[in-house]
Amino acid sequence: MLENNLKFLEETFKQYYFDHFDLIRVPDRSTEREYGYKKFNSGMSRHISLKTDKDLHLLLMTNLPSDVFCSNGYYSFPNLPMTEKDWKEADLIFDIDAKDLNLPCRKDHTCIKCTSCGEVSLLQDVCPKCKSNKLDRLSLPCQNCISGVKKEVLNLVKILTTDLRIDDKNIRISFSGNEGFHLHVTNSSYNQLGSKERGDLIDYIMFRRAIPERFGFKKNNPSRSSFPDLDDPGWSGRVAKDLFGSKSKRSKGITKIISDGYPVYRQRLEEMGKNSIGVKIDPNVTVDIHRIFRLEGSLNSKSGLAKLACENIEKFNPYTEACLIGDEPVEISANSPIEFRLKNRGFGPYTNEKISVPKYAAAYMLCKGIANLA
Amino acid sequence: MISLGQDEIAKYPFLAEAGQYLNDKGFTLEQFATDPDLKIIVDKAYERIESAAEGKIYNPKTDNSSDKDIILPLNVFSFLIAIVLLKLSGLNTLINRFSLAEARRAEKFLERDLVSDSNKTSEEFAIKIFRDVFSITIKKAGDYFVIPISDYLQHAVNFHELEWKLVNRHVENGMVFLTPHESARLIRKELGGYIGTKIRAANTPPMSKGFEDKVHKLSNLAKKFVVDTVVSTEIPPCIEHAIEALNKGENLSHSGRFMLATFLLGRGQTVDEIAPLFKNAPDYNEKITRYQIKQVAGETGGNRTKYACPSCEKIKSNDLCFATPDCDNIINPMQFGKKRL
Repeated sequence: MLENNLKFLEETFKQYYFDHFDLIRVPDRSTEREYGYKKFNSGMSRHISLKTDKDLHLLLMTNLPSDVFCSNGYYSFPNLPMTEKDWKEADLIFDIDAKDLNLPCRKDHTCIKCTSCGEVSLLQDVCPKCKSNKLDRLSLPCQNCISGVKKEVLNLVKILTTDLRIDDKNIRISFSGNEGFHLHVTNSSYNQLGSKERGDLIDYIMFRRAIPERFGFKKNNPSRSSFPDLDDPGWSGRVAKDLFGSKSKRSKGITKIISDGYPVYRQRLEEMGKNSIGVKIDPNVTVDIHRIFRLEGSLNSKSGLAKLACENIEKFNPYTEACLIGDEPVEISANSPIEFRLKNRGFGPYTNEKISVPKYAAAYMLCKGIANLA
Repeated sequence: MISLGQDEIAKYPFLAEAGQYLNDKGFTLEQFATDPDLKIIVDKAYERIESAAEGKIYNPKTDNSSDKDIILPLNVFSFLIAIVLLKLSGLNTLINRFSLAEARRAEKFLERDLVSDSNKTSEEFAIKIFRDVFSITIKKAGDYFVIPISDYLQHAVNFHELEWKLVNRHVENGMVFLTPHESARLIRKELGGYIGTKIRAANTPPMSKGFEDKVHKLSNLAKKFVVDTVVSTEIPPCIEHAIEALNKGENLSHSGRFMLATFLLGRGQTVDEIAPLFKNAPDYNEKITRYQIKQVAGETGGNRTKYACPSCEKIKSNDLCFATPDCDNIINPMQFGKKRL
């Protein structure tokens, strides 16, 4: 990142933190957690321990971080190297990101930035300017993607509260600060699970590796009565709903499944996991019991938006509510082939234009790498 | 410790305090080594190890007319003397095989006790074993037993068969439903581990003349189980796929790169040999790549952890598995092409 862009973002982030100390707090059992942060243009510092909100605020003011993280794990000695930390337990965490949903709208709000020459253009395989194939993909705000992610979040919450019997008071949902949502489950019976066990839980939630026998199809002699019913608890009921739609179509549906045969059914279950009923969580996040996870209230350097808890996810609009940087005008030179909206205002498209935009939009475009300070 | 009746101690002899039991029955270890009348028990103990070594469950033919009061202690003694023989032989392979076979034997009784509607005491005792020995709370629910998901997962992850995956289980309200057979099967490995730990923790008695012959026979028995293996230079399909993807300049995921690097390091390749493989990656940076491989190899970094190649299970869940019949049910790519001589 260019020196003046960096200075601007550091100052902007610092100002945000200074103005919003109320939003950024250490979580419960702070002394058992590991903290970490990144700076613009530099690597991760971690294995930090903090006691109070004041310690955290001091860290923000002195280090000017681009991103701040806190462990889902609880340790006896959070500031020692990993092998000496003495892991006690870890909250169950989930990340659902729009990029993993592969929605058809994706191509309409993604552009590419060439890592060789820096050219920003509409989605294509090679850089139109220098023909390099080393490209970064940048995704800009999309309400459709956000709606898609919200739907996944609600499906996940349903599974957590019914199948896994997690008390919904212990589930905290927050906007990730870019284009996804995070779920944080505290005080559950799952906190003690290691990563192998969490791996199995992930396959359950994503509905992966289901076998036909479990869902009614015995290989050699299938019996009609063992197929799932719409009222069944857990995956049986959800599979039945997806397969048959309604109770009246169940009988006909079973006849078809049996006549299509076992391999077709197995394939069908696999596709259901990938394309319909499986919840599209990021498995790498949930499996990790030593992760440092973005801290609530902090800014995300991929966008300049805040990671923010949402009380009512259905009504939550991240591109207005999590856009908390000020709106004084800033001169930038922008290169965004795609139009986007922040705080109910449209921006772009811009082709290498010098423009004056509110500070939050300038920070957003600088974070995305599609603008420079003028 | 669970209090044991005679029936129970015969079914689950590993729950008994060995020395205490012999004492209570009025025997000493020397008697078994010297008393010709007790030789039959030493013979039975040897048979018990031998059948375990062959993967069979010890199930002595019992004469129906025999008095229960004689048969039951005989079963316990043969177990205890078997442990003495194993300790004297010091052969780990046999201890492992014996523990597993004894676990499977106990599993059968556990299962039977869980189904026995007529005998409430047996059922309660089996449930007690789950709770006191393995800290699992199981409850009866109709024909099934239910166990909390988190307890279930901690045991079920030891299985590789898909039917044990949580997604293939009846799950309701935080509980997993299991048949008596599945409930008992769930803790086989832990039972084996428990028995193995108890054997390893037991004191080794001094060698007696009466046991020498049997201990010698055990060494010969153990020789059968030493296997020579050879590792081929072939690479498994997941690794082949990863290398191909990199060669084509496709973006291999972080977990894919980790798998590739750990595999090749495991096969003895060096950082210098591995780093160039990544040069077609869209985000290639030689310095960073070398640093990361060194990190994985444990050559740098704070705790110098050397990372092992992830399991097939893990690779599957990262969508990096492209198994072929050649994989032959291996559980880690490192085992690919490893053949017994």
